[in-house]
Amino acid sequence: MQGTPITTKASFPTTSTAAAARAKQTGDDIWRNRTDKINAELFALTYGSLVATLVKDYEDYAEVNTQLDKMGYNIGVRLIEEFLAKSSLPKCGTFVETADVISKIGFKMFLGITPTITNWSADTKEFSIIIDENPLSEFVELPDDALLPPPASTGGSAATGLWYSNILCGVLRGALEMVLLQVDVFFVSDVLRHDDATEIRVRLVRILDEDVPASDE
Amino acid sequence: MLHSLYIINKAGGLIYLKNYTDGIATLSSNEYLVLAGTFHSIHVITSKLSPVPGSSGIEVLEADLFKMFCIQTPTGTKFLLVTDPLQSNVDAIMRKIYETYADYVMKNPFYTPEMPIRADLFDLNLNKIVKQINS
Repeated sequence: MQGTPITTKASFPTTSTAAAARAKQTGDDIWRNRTDKINAELFALTYGSLVATLVKDYEDYAEVNTQLDKMGYNIGVRLIEEFLAKSSLPKCGTFVETADVISKIGFKMFLGITPTITNWSADTKEFSIIIDENPLSEFVELPDDALLPPPASTGGSAATGLWYSNILCGVLRGALEMVLLQVDVFFVSDVLRHDDATEIRVRLVRILDEDVPASDE
Repeated sequence: MLHSLYIINKAGGLIYLKNYTDGIATLSSNEYLVLAGTFHSIHVITSKLSPVPGSSGIEVLEADLFKMFCIQTPTGTKFLLVTDPLQSNVDAIMRKIYETYADYVMKNPFYTPEMPIRADLFDLNLNKIVKQINS
């Protein structure tokens, strides 16, 4: 990598074109032939009522975000097996490759979309996922108070409002942890909140130790 | 011919065991647990012994009257399949078993990951796979 600040697309690391094409092929193939589909509206409405119920129960958007993330985590640790069983992929060599696989195979397989991977940090430990078309939020309009940080309740910077699709962060976190990548995943912006794009940030914290010591309880 | 299937979690605990053929020697449940733990350790040792960095652990164990195949998924779960020495196409069978596991074990919301597997649907669908091969 050149020492230039990351401003142009050309300086983002990418996997080799052959590998990228192969990932896309695999993702498309699994989506077309080996995935059971359900009605998108049923899916969107189910998720919608889930979030609405949480909002009603907790009456606190920050807490709802946390709960969604937790649910997502529990889904992620299970879903990863499905992902691996269906794709039979070898281990990823680099985090760049991992990002490529997440977008072209992971998102494709479960949501039928291929989000864009971009905004790599210079050390390739952080990237952004830009979701153009989010099947979770097709019919959603957030209430006004969900857009704004709650006034003075959390002392400023931690206040967030509602991240409607926060479950995705949990899923990614759970799934990646099972393949020994500890990551932080969070929403940066969401078109539901009148931002320009829906962006999820993924940051690699560390690669977990592979040899878990056999039962040290 | 498939003799038995073992599933070992990432800590070396035996979470599933099924014998499929009559007349093979069986052990006490405690011995099975020890066997699974021991195999888990051997698996770690074999990958450490590898002269090539980043190698997997033991994948096949061959004896005159049986073969034992092991795959470790990237999440650390191990599937062990004991077959007779002439069994072919084990990779494809393993894949089917793994997919069945992903479907009927991991997707069952009441299954706790890493715990022993008690799921009738899983048994049922495995039996289907085994029957095709053993009959």
